[in-house]
Amino acid sequence: MLPWLLLLLPLCSAAVNQLYLKRNAFLASMLSVASVVVTLIVSFLLLGKTDGGPSYSWISIGDFQLPIQLKLDALSTGMMIVVTGIGALVHIFSLAYMAEDGAKARFFTCLSLFMFSMTGIVLAGNFIMTFIFWELVGLSSYLLIGHWYEKDSAADAANKAFMVNRVGDFGFLIGILLTFGLTGTFVFDDMKVGLNNFAALHPDLVGGLLAAAILCVFCGAVGKSAQMPLHVWLPDAMEGPTPVSALIHAATMVAAGVYMLFRVQLSLGAEAFEGVAGNAIAWVGGFTSLCAALMATQQNDIKRVLAYSTLSQLGYMVMAVGLGGAEAGMFHLFTHAWFKALLFLGSGAVIYACHHEQDIWKMGGLIKKMPITTLTFAIGTAALIAVPFVTSGFYSKEEILATAYAKNKILFGIAVFVAFLTTFYMTRAFVVAFLGKPRDHGSDHAHEVGPLMLAPLCLLALMAIGSSWLTKPLSAVDPRLIHHAEEHAEGHLLILGLSAAALVLGLLAGFLLYRGKDKDPIDLPLLQNRFYIDVVYEKGVVKLLQDGLAALIHFLDVWVINGLLVGGSARLSQSFGNLFRRAQAGNLQGYAFLLGIGVVLVIYFTTFWN
Amino acid sequence: MASLNSYLFVSGLLFIIGLSGVVMRRNIIVVFMCLELMLSAANLTLVAFSRFNGTGGLPDYSAQMLVFFVITVAAAEVAVGLAIIVALYRARQTIHTDELTALKD
Repeated sequence: MLPWLLLLLPLCSAAVNQLYLKRNAFLASMLSVASVVVTLIVSFLLLGKTDGGPSYSWISIGDFQLPIQLKLDALSTGMMIVVTGIGALVHIFSLAYMAEDGAKARFFTCLSLFMFSMTGIVLAGNFIMTFIFWELVGLSSYLLIGHWYEKDSAADAANKAFMVNRVGDFGFLIGILLTFGLTGTFVFDDMKVGLNNFAALHPDLVGGLLAAAILCVFCGAVGKSAQMPLHVWLPDAMEGPTPVSALIHAATMVAAGVYMLFRVQLSLGAEAFEGVAGNAIAWVGGFTSLCAALMATQQNDIKRVLAYSTLSQLGYMVMAVGLGGAEAGMFHLFTHAWFKALLFLGSGAVIYACHHEQDIWKMGGLIKKMPITTLTFAIGTAALIAVPFVTSGFYSKEEILATAYAKNKILFGIAVFVAFLTTFYMTRAFVVAFLGKPRDHGSDHAHEVGPLMLAPLCLLALMAIGSSWLTKPLSAVDPRLIHHAEEHAEGHLLILGLSAAALVLGLLAGFLLYRGKDKDPIDLPLLQNRFYIDVVYEKGVVKLLQDGLAALIHFLDVWVINGLLVGGSARLSQSFGNLFRRAQAGNLQGYAFLLGIGVVLVIYFTTFWN
Repeated sequence: MASLNSYLFVSGLLFIIGLSGVVMRRNIIVVFMCLELMLSAANLTLVAFSRFNGTGGLPDYSAQMLVFFVITVAAAEVAVGLAIIVALYRARQTIHTDELTALKD
């Protein structure tokens, strides 16, 4: 029953908070924290287990069975450690960060709801459950981005996130149904058999259909993991509270797309990803990582820098999955979750200390005011830019680079360039925000945050260094992970050399360009304005498509629904009424005459009509 | 002796006169009288058939029985109808159907 506890505990916590503890913020927050800590302990207990506990029949129509079941394997238990571990630390961090917030109870209720939904995605045993929880994380993400809904920007960002995800989810749903059509089942464990049966029956159909199914499923990942061209919601989602950004929009939910792709790859077999589908996925990932890294170099909001960095790293993971190295992608997901959560919580601490100032050009000199936060942020940065041998990010990024090197040299080049850009923009952010002298009142008066915030930061910093050694359970998923490293030993030194060169160049460029500067020496409007993609969406999709559609629907509503259907039926019955009103003239003789005619007609028909 | 057809012809004539009276006249009493005329037409038909459809030199008495019933019921109906007309006249001071339009208005 332990796996079910993992799923139901956050749900109970959310329900109790919502139903009984709305007015008692302290108890609500404590309940949420307690539930997530217990789930963390449970996920440690479940490491290495493969028994998902009892399954319940949900839908049963003829031969078709859809159980509610949990799937436990090395992949899901490993992912659960990430989700509950980071979840627990973020909950504790939020206790301090959200201490003075008026809607603390609601915040923790939504966090618990999110934990429930995310656990559901990770443990789901079939595609339908994945989809349900997929939508539920979308909902909780919406609620949490819009936590400060009085601000228009937050409400808009929440809407944007939800609607952009709808686009991806539409494809996802089609993909799920296509997969069902191919394999005849939604259950992950049975998919391989079903696919083989289909391949035996229709050998000529299976390749194209499989590619289409995978690409449609990938649409869901594009939405949730914010890949190009549906990436626009993630930077805007930074309007939510910073702990939310750390948990949902850096570590767990956005990684759900990659997780789901890996789950599909495990279920259908890695061969399914070879060919068109895999290539498309890899190129989308590579393109996203490149564009996002370019955009990150010119952002001034510290959270936006991190958001674009998340996009870029997610692009890495997706690229790895597309290249058939899903293990490398999952490995990077695992390490990235810890250090990106660390970076976000660090930025949260900084923002908190600077009185909710997010512009890095108004910070500066924080190393003297907040030494511990600076140290942890530096560790997170080191992990993200993959400082060799001491950080977890190095190992996972190496793994991805090795996969790219083996499969696609162009993507490998892009990945190395992205590594350089990553180092550059992180150095920029670090140098500008933490070194130099304070540039503004807020950063001048900043002081170190309390222990409730520092403790999660320090623990995450530990994980940022050490998480790569804790991934044994992951490598057990597929022994090919080890093969990868051996297979490409000849390219190993080249890869190491190139990534080290990217690191050194990026560090040098960042330090030399930004040290002691008070404003940005580089001015690239194209990158500042994020390639004008948002503008294109605004002007093109929203103005033309949405407004055009709205006009069309308005026309239909006013003229067809209101005018023709509703008004028309009213007018029709009215005119019939008018017509028959003539007959009811109140003229006695008229009635008698009609009666006579009627009798004559009845007699005529009964007598002379056979 | 007159044939069955001549009886039926007279009876039909009576019925048509009655019907057209009911349809065309505006005075309720006349309408009422025309109604009685139509009943008489029916009675005449019944009696004619009774006379000509007899068996063994005797007429078919069941038709004549029906005629008596019709006359009885018609008498009762006349009593009720005239009473209604009197009441109507007292209430409205008119017995012209054109002016009796309370339900329509």
